[in-house]
Amino acid sequence: MITYEPVIGFEIHVELKTLSKMFCGCPADHFGKPPNSQTCPVCLGLPGALPVPNAKAIDWCLKLGLALGCQVNLHSKFDRKNYFYPDLPKGYQISQYDQPFCHSGHLALLSGKNIRITRVHMEEDTAKMQHTEINGEKLSLIDFNRSGVPLVEVVTEPDFSSSDEAVEFLKEIQVIVRDLDISTADMEKGSMRLEANISMRPQGQTKLPEYKVEIKNVNSFRFIKKSMDFEQSRQTQLLNSGVSPVQETRGFNESKGETVSQRRKEQAHDYRYFPEPDIPPFVFSPHYIESIRRTLPKLSSVNRQELSDTYGLSTANAYIICSDHKMYTYFIHLASTMPDKTKYISDFIINKRYGEKFPETPEKLLALINESQNSFQIDPKILSEKVSNILSQYPQAVSDYQSGKIQARSYLIGQVKKSLGNVETAQISMIIKELYG
Amino acid sequence: MKLNQLSISEAKIGLKNKQFSSQELVEACLQQISRYNSKFNVFLKMNDQALKEAEKSDISRPFGGIPIAVKDNFLTLGLTTTASADLLSGYRPQYESTVTARLKSAGAIIIGKTNMDAWAHGSSTETSDFGPTLNPWDATRLPGGSSGGSAAAVAADMCLGAIGSETAGSIRQPASWCSVTGFKPTYGRTSRYGVIAMASSTDSPGPMTKTVADSALMLSVIAGQDPFDATSSPEPVLDYVKNMKTLTKRKFAIGFPKEYLEVLEPEIKPLIIAAIEKLEALGHSVKETSLIHPKYSIGVYTILQRSEVSSNLARFDGIRFGKDRTAFGQEAKRRIMLGTYTLSVGLYDQYYRKAQQVRTLIINDFNRAFSQFDLIINPPTPGPALKIGATRNQPMFGELQDILAEPSSIAGLPGISLPCGFVNGLPVGFGLIAPQFHEPDILAVSHAFQQTTDYHLQKPIL
Repeated sequence: MITYEPVIGFEIHVELKTLSKMFCGCPADHFGKPPNSQTCPVCLGLPGALPVPNAKAIDWCLKLGLALGCQVNLHSKFDRKNYFYPDLPKGYQISQYDQPFCHSGHLALLSGKNIRITRVHMEEDTAKMQHTEINGEKLSLIDFNRSGVPLVEVVTEPDFSSSDEAVEFLKEIQVIVRDLDISTADMEKGSMRLEANISMRPQGQTKLPEYKVEIKNVNSFRFIKKSMDFEQSRQTQLLNSGVSPVQETRGFNESKGETVSQRRKEQAHDYRYFPEPDIPPFVFSPHYIESIRRTLPKLSSVNRQELSDTYGLSTANAYIICSDHKMYTYFIHLASTMPDKTKYISDFIINKRYGEKFPETPEKLLALINESQNSFQIDPKILSEKVSNILSQYPQAVSDYQSGKIQARSYLIGQVKKSLGNVETAQISMIIKELYG
Repeated sequence: MKLNQLSISEAKIGLKNKQFSSQELVEACLQQISRYNSKFNVFLKMNDQALKEAEKSDISRPFGGIPIAVKDNFLTLGLTTTASADLLSGYRPQYESTVTARLKSAGAIIIGKTNMDAWAHGSSTETSDFGPTLNPWDATRLPGGSSGGSAAAVAADMCLGAIGSETAGSIRQPASWCSVTGFKPTYGRTSRYGVIAMASSTDSPGPMTKTVADSALMLSVIAGQDPFDATSSPEPVLDYVKNMKTLTKRKFAIGFPKEYLEVLEPEIKPLIIAAIEKLEALGHSVKETSLIHPKYSIGVYTILQRSEVSSNLARFDGIRFGKDRTAFGQEAKRRIMLGTYTLSVGLYDQYYRKAQQVRTLIINDFNRAFSQFDLIINPPTPGPALKIGATRNQPMFGELQDILAEPSSIAGLPGISLPCGFVNGLPVGFGLIAPQFHEPDILAVSHAFQQTTDYHLQKPIL
């Protein structure tokens, strides 16, 4: 039997958190606002209204492109993408067709595999439809608060060969967008939206399959992974029974854990793209692009590398600490004061769940740590032996712990403390983890 | 002379000297409208507040107390705006167009909205969903279009001046057929914000007046960059009246493209040649030159304009305002169909892209000509006003009528139409074009022309 492997590519939409919308002065922050409270002639598509591009949004799009190793098109423009839908008031979306702001980027996975980024372009969000029933009458309502909110679209090449690779990449995009501070990239609020294109091909084949299935409207990393895994097995089953999967758009039913067909794509939609005559084309000087590049902050990926290389942190710990810029600076401050205790500090910050309850300044935390260290005079090697001895008396709890029962962990820690006294919980927890996985 | 027959410049002097009041001016226009509007079908909507506004007018402002008419594709708060399309009948705008906002803040009184070809799709005002406007010089004939209502309103002294808009010929052609002065500014000189879009890459609002001086006056008010129109130019706005007068003494090098002469009907050629001789008599040098034949502009303009129209009209989907799409008239449907076709996958390169390439050639051709000449003679139309019904079964009527306006329009150049005589009692227009933002040069030469001729002073017998 032929073994199939998945071919996966992504389209990622990121809503920018600029103050105003893409082409008008209305506020861009639309989440939870009363319907149609943030609209004007432009984002309502009233007769005679004209779009005026938001310069900051364009700069931010360039920033993301540069952070993803893209080249910038020095000559660029907006285009009209014509199609009818009630959430699209003008009957066309202002987007970019053949001269996106950024193209030909790449992002490396931890494995070293490079994912190619086709393009990073700028467009406007649509309004939001709400299908509801009022006084027994079925109605479709339109909320234009989201209409015209700046959207950056990142398109990848079909370079992923597993759902894990895809999720690692997607999470990294979210981290980068947050590093750049250009979007909340909050999936639940729809400020980061994912569309997967997935198909299966015989292992070793380099040609792309003749079909692809688009998975839309999935708003968490967990579900996008589930939907991809479901598709893999669904499509493989079809192929094994000699049927070629249909080119279509599918949604994800979260409760059933299945993808569901939404729309068949008989052929490519003709969007009748043409240059947006209401917005003059853009010409960027190389000097300008460099000035944008200089505003790029140090990315989390660089910080992570630094934490592993300089402070010997595990990949997992480095990842967690770098996911929050404040936590990162906090850690760096402590680590530079106590360079010999970086592992302990990172565990401490992570296990104590760094957050608002943490002492404001690292100095205060230092005092706290010193205090807790007073209760911790046992050499880790000795501690490890002692813990091992103590816990050998509780084989059932250990086995429960290994099978993933969280309560078992607390029980084991309790037993150690009972016999050894006030030993730091984080330390015990770590040793238990080391001993029993 | 009746007050409604005055030019804007004359009325300003009269108001300043307290010879009459703004109410009297407005009253005179309203009387003329009430006498003749039913015959000529010029106004679609009257401003019933006009007299009250006149009462409160501040005549120290540039247009203080001056009654003007506005083409019905400009959104005006408080006045329904339809672009003469049944689909939008009764539409009450939610905001004011930049051009009318500037006129209002300069003190102008908008007395009403004028008829036009529906959606500005035409050159006759015959495609209006609310019936054709008739030509004040001959009620069996068309006023031209699409700004036919504005041209007729000025010609019939129903207002002191009017606002029109031109995509290719829509100001200059009706101005020519109705014997008024029509000025199409450089693309981007006047804001398109709040103008119901026809072809976005060429739409240009402009003045339609009784004299060149009035056009200069109105342009000074409406021109200028607009933060709501990204295609409006940051080029500084001049005092066009002052510049016009200063430049009047200057002798210009003027080219006359022989290809344009070829297109003229034999009966109007002598009038155009006489106008050229007049320019020479005024001390300008006029030399024959050659430009890309205007017939090539017809295809370019048709494709670009239909493509943009098909997209611009997509918002009228019947969901949020207006009637549903079945209310589109025959001409709009034709244009949507053709434009949809020329933008389709596989045809885009053949039509839209090719048209843009030819557009670039035409622009380059003008640049070449303007390296030799300050101005180019460009009669706005091949002949005088045609009979009512001339557009029947002529889906390309407008494009053929506007053959002489299309090259300069697709190049975004400024141009003028000014009265230069009559054939068989019908007005004939003469015209000039200039490089982008050289409005003052056109105005200066045209003003001098009107100083020594009286064609623009002749009035139709209504």
